[in-house]
Amino acid sequence: MIVRILGEGQLEVPDSAVDELNKLDVALEKAVERDDEAAFRPALEALLAKVREVGSATKPDELKPSELIIPQPDATMEEVRKLLTDEGLIPG
Amino acid sequence: MGVMKRVTMVFRAKANKALDRMEDPRETLDYSYQTQLELLQKVRRGVADVATSRKRVELQINQLQQSADKLDRQARDSLAAGREDLAREALTRKAGIQSQLEDLQTQYASLQGEEEKLTAASQRLQQKVDAFRTRKETIKATYTAAEAQTRINEAFTGISEEMGDVGLAIQRAEDKTAQMRARAGAIDELMASGALEDMVSGPHDDIQAELDRMVAGTGVDRELERMKAELSQGSAPREIEGGGQGSADGATPASAASTTEPGPAGDTE
Repeated sequence: MIVRILGEGQLEVPDSAVDELNKLDVALEKAVERDDEAAFRPALEALLAKVREVGSATKPDELKPSELIIPQPDATMEEVRKLLTDEGLIPG
Repeated sequence: MGVMKRVTMVFRAKANKALDRMEDPRETLDYSYQTQLELLQKVRRGVADVATSRKRVELQINQLQQSADKLDRQARDSLAAGREDLAREALTRKAGIQSQLEDLQTQYASLQGEEEKLTAASQRLQQKVDAFRTRKETIKATYTAAEAQTRINEAFTGISEEMGDVGLAIQRAEDKTAQMRARAGAIDELMASGALEDMVSGPHDDIQAELDRMVAGTGVDRELERMKAELSQGSAPREIEGGGQGSADGATPASAASTTEPGPAGDTE
């Protein structure tokens, strides 16, 4: 499964890690929904750390779309919110 | 549903919308390739813009550092001259500059990070665009329309996602650069207006003026001391100046001049 970290590129992640990633992602989503800055940063960091731990970089000439996309590491909660809507995205 | 899935859907929706607009697969490929080249240009310009801002901040850091160093020297000179009040003033000004310096250094690091990220994004996109170009030609040459459509969709969606990602990176860099420009502009204005200049250097440098006065002052004092010493050596003739005129010759030029009146009188003899 291909996962993209925004600003960094794509990683190939084994399917076996999906459950774990989803669990971390739920925590991130809850933090954003509750506008909980204190929980947001560690949740994003935990998710990124896990993806980096289990993932390996895809080939540079790979042109496949990702199944999951994670916000950039220094994203603010506001930026993540924008990512969840159309706002601020360059049309591909 | 989770953040990851939702972000992915937003990216996917963008790509699908663009795909839906195009009827001819070949058109899709060629049009997309054009857009990719344009984005590559844009990201390269972005890298150059960030670099320009970074260099400007670097220049300001150097200028402020020089000012801080100068104030530090002045504080030392003042202390050495026993003027703690002046040293305190210099250090207070230095602290003001120091906090601006720290702010600029943070900005510098942030711009440097942005520059590195954009450079990496530009390289990544370049590789994807190259891959897309190759694939585009292969698809055009080899596949039937139906097969082509599937492959085009994948390549197109893949490159769209990369382009969306790079586009966001450019936007973030532009936002940061705009912020830095505003701050750098404010500091430039401060320097141009002389407000900062007044604080550290130039004709209005009152700390330096005071130090200079003190150095000049000690010079005068020293000279005075020397003169006094000289005078005290020749004090004997000076003391009897009022009494006996004749013994004054050769003592000090001043007293000699005032006591040589009998001399010219003698000359005229």
